[in-house]
Amino acid sequence: MDSFAVGVHDGSAFLVRFFVERFSRPFHLRELVKQCYEVGCKSLFLITLTGFITGIVFTKQSRPSLAAFGATSWLPSLITVALVRSLAPLITALICAGKVGSSIGAELGSMKVTEQIEAMEVSAINPFKYLVVTRTTATTLMVPALMLYCCLVGLAGSYLNVHANEAASLPAFLKSGFSTITFRDAFASVTKSVFFGFSIGLIACYKGFNASSGTQGVGRAANAAVVLAMFVVFIEEMLIVQVITWTKP
Amino acid sequence: MTAGAPPVISIRGLYKAFGDLEVLQGIDLDVHKAENVVVLGRSGSGKSVLIKLVVALLKPDYGEVVVLGQHVHQLKQKELDALRRRVGFSFQHSALYDSMNVSENLEFPLRMNTSGLSTGEVRDRIQQALEAVGLAQSHKQMPSELSGGQRKRIGIARTLILQPEIMLYDEPTAGLDPVTSGEINELIQQVREKFHTASIIITHDLTCARATGDRVAMLLDGQMLRVGSFDEVFDTQDPRITGFYKYNFTEHP
Repeated sequence: MDSFAVGVHDGSAFLVRFFVERFSRPFHLRELVKQCYEVGCKSLFLITLTGFITGIVFTKQSRPSLAAFGATSWLPSLITVALVRSLAPLITALICAGKVGSSIGAELGSMKVTEQIEAMEVSAINPFKYLVVTRTTATTLMVPALMLYCCLVGLAGSYLNVHANEAASLPAFLKSGFSTITFRDAFASVTKSVFFGFSIGLIACYKGFNASSGTQGVGRAANAAVVLAMFVVFIEEMLIVQVITWTKP
Repeated sequence: MTAGAPPVISIRGLYKAFGDLEVLQGIDLDVHKAENVVVLGRSGSGKSVLIKLVVALLKPDYGEVVVLGQHVHQLKQKELDALRRRVGFSFQHSALYDSMNVSENLEFPLRMNTSGLSTGEVRDRIQQALEAVGLAQSHKQMPSELSGGQRKRIGIARTLILQPEIMLYDEPTAGLDPVTSGEINELIQQVREKFHTASIIITHDLTCARATGDRVAMLLDGQMLRVGSFDEVFDTQDPRITGFYKYNFTEHP
């Protein structure tokens, strides 16, 4: 219980420090762009693959249920709603928690145990600002962008399946799909992804920055970053959906 | 060494404990301009803790550390950063940034701490620092491609690029073969002669201590047991000190 309380205290201090450091100079824009590339571009293949497959599989598995009611024409709307509201933000966040979270946790953990972070400090470079702020900002910016991309490839996968089975045209598929989606849905999903991205980056940095006990500690930091980030993503998903439901006009 | 001038590092009554383990128990030490002071001691005796306290990587429980006239542990972050730019720290395992090549490792602290330098000036400073450590051809190598001795040299070059007034060496010869250790000892002397730096050299290698130190301080049981020239420190029958000497300099019949 004591270690949990200490963890919450240290985590909160880390969070507060992020906001203090985020809005003061220097901003390390070059490092931020590099990290956006690392998080965004290097996750594209994985997001493409999983998004596309999810689109196809979800369409195939939804078809029999809708066919029982003679409502296969609703497939585009069902898939679009599911992807935009929930699947794309969650899939993207979970993939990023696994790929980016472990990568950041291991990188910073390794830098910690090999004294590279201390080397920055003694060179009068603020390692928190250079390492934590840039990486967390990068995940906060890139996870929503990846989420939108995931929606796109998911819909592409779904369309291919619908086209092959129901011979639907692309305009008809898009018109039907987006007829049930509102700006509020898209906005809520982007907002969710911003929170997911922020949490993934901050948790991975926190675990890496506080790694100890040599190479074993690096492994532990990477593992803890992924597990905690995924857990927090699900908690946030639940809370945000609840808030959205409450505030629905 | 400048006789009569105030010390560039002055440590008084320094205490540091980690939980129940009292590592430093009242350390006093002065280091003067262009002087090399070697701190000897057993593994885990708090030698590295001492120099980490000098650059405020750790906070003392009691005592004061004055570096270049400033009370290190009373400084605000900006003042501390300004002071750290004047102090070079060579880590035991070099602590090179392993995602950067040699050139980038040197360029990084320079770019972060100086503004208005042209690309040509940066390149020249990197070249000068690499030449100073005898590795002028290593620009594009990654840290993983370097030998232990080369890593130590690049680590020292990275600190020299900011032209420090004080150098802190943490176990500069640890893990190196005798020939490479000798080269590093020579390099420490060259750095002092070329850049007029004052240095604290943390080691348990007596060859390094004798080759580089103007004075030797023996840190045992959390206190500076003896301070003086190499011969003065080892002119004793204290088994804790003679044990060091016997292990390092085995006399052959």
